[in-house]
Amino acid sequence: MAEKLIPITLKVNGKEYKVEVKPNETLLFVLRNKLNIKSVKGTCYRGECGVCTVLLNGKPVKSCLVLAAEADGAEIITLEGLAPFGTLAPIQKAFIEHGAFQCGFCTPGFILTAHWLLTNKPDATEEEIKEVLSGLICRCTGYKQIIEAIKAAAKYYKQDKQKQ
Amino acid sequence: MGTKYVGKPIPRIDIDKVAGDAEYPYDFTLPGMVYAKLVAAPYAHAKILKIKYDEALKVPGVLAVFTGADFPFKVGIYAADRDVLAREKVLYYGHPVAAVVAETLEAAEKAAELIEVEYEPLPPVLDALEALKPDAPLVHEKLHEYKHAPFIYPKPGTNIATHLKLRKGNIEEGFSKADVVVENTYYEPLISQGYLENWVGVARVKSDGTVEIWSSHQSPFAVRNLLATSLGLPIHKVVVHHMYIGGGFGGKAGLLLEHIPVLFSMKLGGRPVRLELNREENYFYMAQRAGYYFKMKTGATKDGKLIAHWGEYILDAGAYADYTVNVARSVGLKPFGPYEIEHVHTDAYAVYTNKIPTTAFRGFGLMELYFASERQMDLLAKKLGMDPVEFRLKNVLIPGKSITHTQERLREDAGDPAGAIKEAAKLIEWGKPPEQPKEPWKFRGKGIAAFWKGPVQPSNAASSAIVKLNDDGSVDVLVGTGEMGQGTITSLAQIVAEELGIPVEKIRISPERRTDMVPYTWQTVGSRGLFSEGQALIRALEDLKSQIKKVAAQVFRVFEDQIEIRDGKACVVGEPWECISLAEMALGYMYPNGNTIGGPLIGRGSHVPVRTSIPDPETGKSVPAPFYTFGAGAVEVEVDLITGRVKVLKAVMVLDTPAINPLLVAGQVYGGTVMGINIGLLEELKFDKNGRLMNPNFTDYKLARAADIPEEMIFKCLGVGQKDAPYGAKGVGELTMLPWPAAIANAIANAIGVELYELPMKPDKIIEEVKKQRPELLEKVREALKVKG
Repeated sequence: MAEKLIPITLKVNGKEYKVEVKPNETLLFVLRNKLNIKSVKGTCYRGECGVCTVLLNGKPVKSCLVLAAEADGAEIITLEGLAPFGTLAPIQKAFIEHGAFQCGFCTPGFILTAHWLLTNKPDATEEEIKEVLSGLICRCTGYKQIIEAIKAAAKYYKQDKQKQ
Repeated sequence: MGTKYVGKPIPRIDIDKVAGDAEYPYDFTLPGMVYAKLVAAPYAHAKILKIKYDEALKVPGVLAVFTGADFPFKVGIYAADRDVLAREKVLYYGHPVAAVVAETLEAAEKAAELIEVEYEPLPPVLDALEALKPDAPLVHEKLHEYKHAPFIYPKPGTNIATHLKLRKGNIEEGFSKADVVVENTYYEPLISQGYLENWVGVARVKSDGTVEIWSSHQSPFAVRNLLATSLGLPIHKVVVHHMYIGGGFGGKAGLLLEHIPVLFSMKLGGRPVRLELNREENYFYMAQRAGYYFKMKTGATKDGKLIAHWGEYILDAGAYADYTVNVARSVGLKPFGPYEIEHVHTDAYAVYTNKIPTTAFRGFGLMELYFASERQMDLLAKKLGMDPVEFRLKNVLIPGKSITHTQERLREDAGDPAGAIKEAAKLIEWGKPPEQPKEPWKFRGKGIAAFWKGPVQPSNAASSAIVKLNDDGSVDVLVGTGEMGQGTITSLAQIVAEELGIPVEKIRISPERRTDMVPYTWQTVGSRGLFSEGQALIRALEDLKSQIKKVAAQVFRVFEDQIEIRDGKACVVGEPWECISLAEMALGYMYPNGNTIGGPLIGRGSHVPVRTSIPDPETGKSVPAPFYTFGAGAVEVEVDLITGRVKVLKAVMVLDTPAINPLLVAGQVYGGTVMGINIGLLEELKFDKNGRLMNPNFTDYKLARAADIPEEMIFKCLGVGQKDAPYGAKGVGELTMLPWPAAIANAIANAIGVELYELPMKPDKIIEEVKKQRPELLEKVREALKVKG
């Protein structure tokens, strides 16, 4: 029962991968099980919780809702790709300083979403931060320290924007 | 307290969670691993007539199909009431009735769909009160055959999984002295812990008979013990590997599904077997939280003294009672809030029904209890014409003096229950009416609730710790407590840093625990970790320090008490320039001529709870816990009578304990507050009339999101410590959830004069109750809207 495999190319965290995928395989499945990128988590598999969030061509997507074949040629950033190995991006440091994670299972999705928000809108208001985060679920933190971390990290993104 | 690390907001040490390389059971694989898939029953109660699986066996890659007949024994935590796979009959909708193991998950899933089971439906019992009726269908006909712990009291021939009695004083005499009495029944549905990591377990059996399991559990040593006793294995042949887990909240306490991949691996020549649940399966195969009926009658004298409390507490345990029998013990032994009552008479029952099994959830029944009992407090205060805060303060437990519900005289350093209530009242500006919004359909009110809790554990629940000094003066700490997000390991690292005068960066506490390599701890539950592990660790550090002093004393030719340890060095008292670094002596101190003394320095320490005792089966008389954390929560809410929505505007929490780490305590408070509010307002597992769970997903079982949190959340720790607690600090994790449903209901009553007795307090429920209790209010709103056009 040979199923048709589709060859695709993904650029993940700056590295190019050529991989063959089945038509029904999600990006989440391929990242975790074929490329062994384990920071990307899954739990609801229906787009409700956002723990599987990755940046696809710069935008946050829920990788459980994206077919891998659709992502052919895309550039993908996961938590591992936010800063060179062994270093941390300002948003990651802010999460540590503000106690913005507990069990850590949702943390990759929150950090990537926050990174996207601050890259595009470093002066986001608290209301805008809450709205963007509301696509994601955290059962541990009560969100307050996550919001505080994002507000604190905003200054680094503002500086970056001024430099450009 | 003149400390450098303890009491400071030190960032968490488990920072691999933000870097992306934290490892969870979800991420764990072994070479040659095969995959298991369970088959769920489509009936709440049915006889199994026949299981046909020849087609399933034909699917390429399938290694085996298992049914209940393959595992003719029962497992369980306090009562062995659970089949590995259902035998004879299925007990709830979703009950695993067969399983496939295959080379790939895809093959296992495909084969599972081909298994055909013939059933003969039986009448289910779906409500705990119904289940108590004499003619109710029995969930477990053979209850009399089940093995159970000595402190569990099942009643064969009924659906009662346990019955816990508490008797203090004389209840008739108590009510004869009461001037006011309030009597109500409260209801709370089954809910879900809602942790994010679905359960995963990977098991293998080695050729020497060693069983290894990597799984999503809170307490590695409990898994080891229960796995070994359930399967008749020697303890040392069971190795449980603990990794980070994606949340637990009680739902991953004890033995979960570990026995399933272990048994499958045994049948498949030791091949590693992985069982991973998806979200829907996680609702069915893992245990959720019990539902509750609280019948309460509480009396007070006209001068405002509580005098008598009677209660019948009925827990809907579902098909397997798991931890719920012990939760019944929790509410049974602490049947009311932190107040002194002379006459108490309560009975707590855990009752089997044909619903999903239930287990622990943060707070172990006490958030549920306080919803009822702190409502009773407000209703009594109202009847007495007293202020709710004043009424609480008049009755609150006084350390050193008061006798608790279990007839224990509270130790004098037990904490500050009154202080917590006073401070919470102050922070919510009690007595100052809330500013009413200009929309005439919105009403604001304030409410308060007090709480107390200690760990519900056996009186010998032990902990231990090992501290190893390394070549460069850094330290490895070995403890058995699990890390599920609560952050205990960071607080423990702070204690090591403080005691040895070394920075937190020089301390490692591995996220991995192997039961054959780390020292024992009973369980990671009940907000006991920091208190218990902390004491064991302090003893281990004392042990290490005495060895350090011994070596230094010999080198400097002084007595050991003339050595002090500071900044990672051992120095002669009064001569801080005469020092040896901890690095120099870690593996043995060598004199210039090569003579060496000491040797690798390892400290060890143990803890068992002091003076706790086994409850008397007739009265509950006991010292049930080694500490209680006391506190109070208060809220200001806004009720919208057009939508029926309740919004918590401000939530304040006061805990009496000192905080080892205020940043971590803040995280617990905010997390517990948002969780508790959401449970109060929204959360409910819904079953249809056939007992089928209707909302096993995040679309229909709604968890709180960032936009739902209160505008203002504040907290305060009063810093009143217990003398034998590590730096005085008592448990916090569960406590932060306890007051919210009660405080919100009290605030709703304050806002609109509507009394609520059921959770969740959803919009339709609010409107329905306003119609019943205050129809004139809705009329007023309608009028106002008309005027406005």
